[in-house]
Amino acid sequence: MINDKNSQKIVDIIQNWSRKHSLWVLAYGTGCGAIEIPPTMTSRYDAERMGVRGAATPRQADILLITGYLTTKTLKRVIRVYEQMQDPKYVIGFGSCTINGGMYYDSYNTIKVLDKYLPVDVYINGCMPRPESVLAGFGKLQELIGDGKANGATKYKENLEWYKANQKKIIPNWVMPEYNW
Amino acid sequence: MEMLTHILGAIATVILAFVVGMTYGGLVRKITARVQNRLGPPWYQNFIDAYKLYGKTTAIHHGWMQIMGPAFLMVSSVVTLMFIPVLNNGGWFPNLNFEGDLIFLLYLMVFGPLGMALGAGQTGNPNSAIGVTRGLSQMVGFEIPWVMALVALMIQHDTTSITGLMEAQQQSGTWMMFSSPFAFIAAVLAMLGMFRYSPFDIVGAPTELASGPVSENGGKYLFTMMSSGSIFAFVKLTLYVDLFMGGADNLVILLLKTFAIYMIPVLYGLVSPRYRTEQSIRFFWGWPLFFGVLALIYAAIF
Repeated sequence: MINDKNSQKIVDIIQNWSRKHSLWVLAYGTGCGAIEIPPTMTSRYDAERMGVRGAATPRQADILLITGYLTTKTLKRVIRVYEQMQDPKYVIGFGSCTINGGMYYDSYNTIKVLDKYLPVDVYINGCMPRPESVLAGFGKLQELIGDGKANGATKYKENLEWYKANQKKIIPNWVMPEYNW
Repeated sequence: MEMLTHILGAIATVILAFVVGMTYGGLVRKITARVQNRLGPPWYQNFIDAYKLYGKTTAIHHGWMQIMGPAFLMVSSVVTLMFIPVLNNGGWFPNLNFEGDLIFLLYLMVFGPLGMALGAGQTGNPNSAIGVTRGLSQMVGFEIPWVMALVALMIQHDTTSITGLMEAQQQSGTWMMFSSPFAFIAAVLAMLGMFRYSPFDIVGAPTELASGPVSENGGKYLFTMMSSGSIFAFVKLTLYVDLFMGGADNLVILLLKTFAIYMIPVLYGLVSPRYRTEQSIRFFWGWPLFFGVLALIYAAIF
């Protein structure tokens, strides 16, 4: 009964519904985009009504929210944080900097395309994106989770060599534990 | 046959405590949101969170004690629940009542946090260690007025059993809230620390300590802690209602009374910032201790 295909489908639907309505966000706020997170969470825009809540540590979080540019130095920490998170996990790239470098397109010490290093599920466009667009981004992620399409973590596991090669190209002194799940 | 009804009753009690505790948690989130002029999550948000946490993979392993920590919490909550009379005349919520269970309960209630402290210690996270030391210091603070209030009740009514105290209230017809007011004040002030809402949320302190002792626990560990926390909240509230508000004859009255008393720490927390550790302990060793001593004197004289 439990291993039956149809009953598995029902379990998946319920689980996706619960995942979609309970998103705990770990805001990695080193970029300037972090300034848009407090208005999103507080009384004006109130993300908690969608089930979005801040998580204190990577162990408890579902979403890694990368707000803005990532320097090559912080990339290492972000990878470490991402690999400590528990499945199912999602990454949201926030702001133009995570898409193509934005205003840091010719900077020597920031990464340009976040998707080469971590599997991004949803991008939120803008410099800065306003809280409305942040909420729209969460809504899009909820849609994807509901349809079972937010599978960035499995993509990361399948293409681990490619991601690791990209990461090691940027980070010269690689002294980190190797996670292989 | 009697054994079977007892086991079924115990299971029903645990389920009731879980559902009520979780619902209260959701309502508190809603009330917090409304006070902050937000819409807030729906009241069943905690159930969704718990189910999601249960569905997450949990590939964290720091050693056996870390796994035992949440288990200790859960065991302590459920065992404590078994000793609390939910309704006045038992009914289908039997409890393992015996002479002297109030003293036993005092020990049992700190068993879970101590187990959790051991579990948090093994994770090796510095935030956990700081959270544990803060939690134990705060416990030293609020346990003293709490024990004084209970000892005052025991002296006054010459019994150490919870059902004995409930019967004494039914016979005299007044709640202990009114017949021994100083003990009630001391116990309520101790309750502020017991529930760990602001200003006494120094253990969890999300922005400061990254949620303290639970910082290395995600997924199923966090689910266990969340559900045991909900059960324990119900346990504490029911104990307060049993001791000070004359117990409850049916479930509706129980829910009304527990919710009313739950609003004291919640609403006080909503308008308060967070204390530092030493401020918190100084608070508990100030007025609550004074009222505790007053309650003892009152109990000895009358």
